[in-house]
Amino acid sequence: MAMLEIENLEVYYGVIRALKGISFQVDEGDIVALIGANGAGKTTTLHAITGLIPASGGTIRFDGRDITKVPGYRTVAMGMAHVPEGRRVFSQLSVLENLRLGAYTRKDKAEVETTLGKIYERFPRLEERKNQLAGTLSGGEQQMLAMGRALMSHPRLIVMDEPSMGLSPIYVNEIFDIIQEINKGGTTVLLVEQNAKKALSIADKAYVLETGNIVLSGDAKELMNNDQVKKAYLSE
Amino acid sequence: MSFVSYLINGISLGSVYALIALGYTMVYGIAKMLNFAHGDVIMIGAYTVFVTVTNLGLPPAAGILLAIVVCTVLGVVIERVAYKPLRMASPLAVLITAIGVSYLLQNVALLIFGANTKSFTSVVGVPALKLAGGQLSISGETIVTILTCIVIMIALTAFIHKTKAGQAMLAVSEDKGAAQLMGINVNGTIALTFAIGSALAAVAGVLLCSAYPSLTPYTGSMPGIKAFVAAVFGGIGSIPGAFIGGLLLGVIENLSKAYISSEMADAIVFGVLIVVLLVRPTGLLGKKMSEKV
Repeated sequence: MAMLEIENLEVYYGVIRALKGISFQVDEGDIVALIGANGAGKTTTLHAITGLIPASGGTIRFDGRDITKVPGYRTVAMGMAHVPEGRRVFSQLSVLENLRLGAYTRKDKAEVETTLGKIYERFPRLEERKNQLAGTLSGGEQQMLAMGRALMSHPRLIVMDEPSMGLSPIYVNEIFDIIQEINKGGTTVLLVEQNAKKALSIADKAYVLETGNIVLSGDAKELMNNDQVKKAYLSE
Repeated sequence: MSFVSYLINGISLGSVYALIALGYTMVYGIAKMLNFAHGDVIMIGAYTVFVTVTNLGLPPAAGILLAIVVCTVLGVVIERVAYKPLRMASPLAVLITAIGVSYLLQNVALLIFGANTKSFTSVVGVPALKLAGGQLSISGETIVTILTCIVIMIALTAFIHKTKAGQAMLAVSEDKGAAQLMGINVNGTIALTFAIGSALAAVAGVLLCSAYPSLTPYTGSMPGIKAFVAAVFGGIGSIPGAFIGGLLLGVIENLSKAYISSEMADAIVFGVLIVVLLVRPTGLLGKKMSEKV
């Protein structure tokens, strides 16, 4: 069943048409990868979905409900979380304060504590450094914090923007393992990645964006063997 | 003994500056704008007490409460009407708007209350404290002002660090987009900041006019600018900075008046700011500026 449905989504930055009416869907339980070159519109797509920027046209439906005009901050309580590009942890706040802000929309304190315990289990490093300022963490640790913070809202859909960007190869593998674990735990994942090979290797479905249009779509494993994809994104 | 007396009066004046500076610094921290109308909110708070207590004879507590309500609503309305539409505009446009709002408030007060100086009746009922065999007398206003400032400072710090709304304010001041992704209503949080800042301005206005009981439409202007200096002095955006900056400024101003020259006091205050900014451009407790790439 489609959890997220995007139809003819258009986004303008001033007069520039960054998204030219794209349509795609994310099914419940899947990992869906959105790949493409710099400037193709991947981040813009994610920003429109979670309401960081307004859509100029088209519709975004979450659980069948039209959320195109819903203020961005309300999508969190609906079950969407967004791990932004560049991590954007609150560097002046402690690791624990960052995590607690992730649960900002949740009312039940006991449930929040349970989630916090689970996140510490998955990211032991965060527990070790819970009182440290987030700005003092390494890039990989900050990425884990950004993911943990997003998971604190107990999302059903998590969108991740370039989670492996700027990380050392060891961390890259770890991050992709974590994404798979999160997915196995029952959370649907929409993943934007420059690292197309890695993204396709863990994804169920994938869409290829080129200058604001979706040019290819399908089963991730099939796309990995597609000559066009191989040539343009897998550098083979 | 006179030195101690000057010092205590300086701390009292500084407490008022600190309360006003808190409004400046919180709004700057969260909306990245200088709300130059903030000083005039003080004046509106003082007039509210003047009208309700001196003219209508309401009990001082009711007058103060009304002043806080009036200023809080005023602060939120100013933000909503004048600043919110400019959220994406250039900082210069916002600055000019703030100065415009400042003139608007002064002129509305001029229209309603006239240019004549009103003599404000102190709302403080605490008697003066005599120490050292009557050589040192601390007025009730001074005591109340200092205590009020300390209580507010503690309460505000607890609010910011212990409550969800306070944490949301810190999150919004660091990264509005990321704050929104946490489910924080950014516009609501900015409005809350203006509300708190303006409520503090009302309290500052009442305390200021109780200690210096002459009220005109321009009463808020100079303390507003001094409090802005205090906020910059302490490091704009920093709450402890506003507190320390305000206190230091009040003490420097009062000691200059006592020992150097009362005409030169303001010049000395602004001179100190220039020196501090030359040595520490981010102020005493200001964070290092780090531009995001």
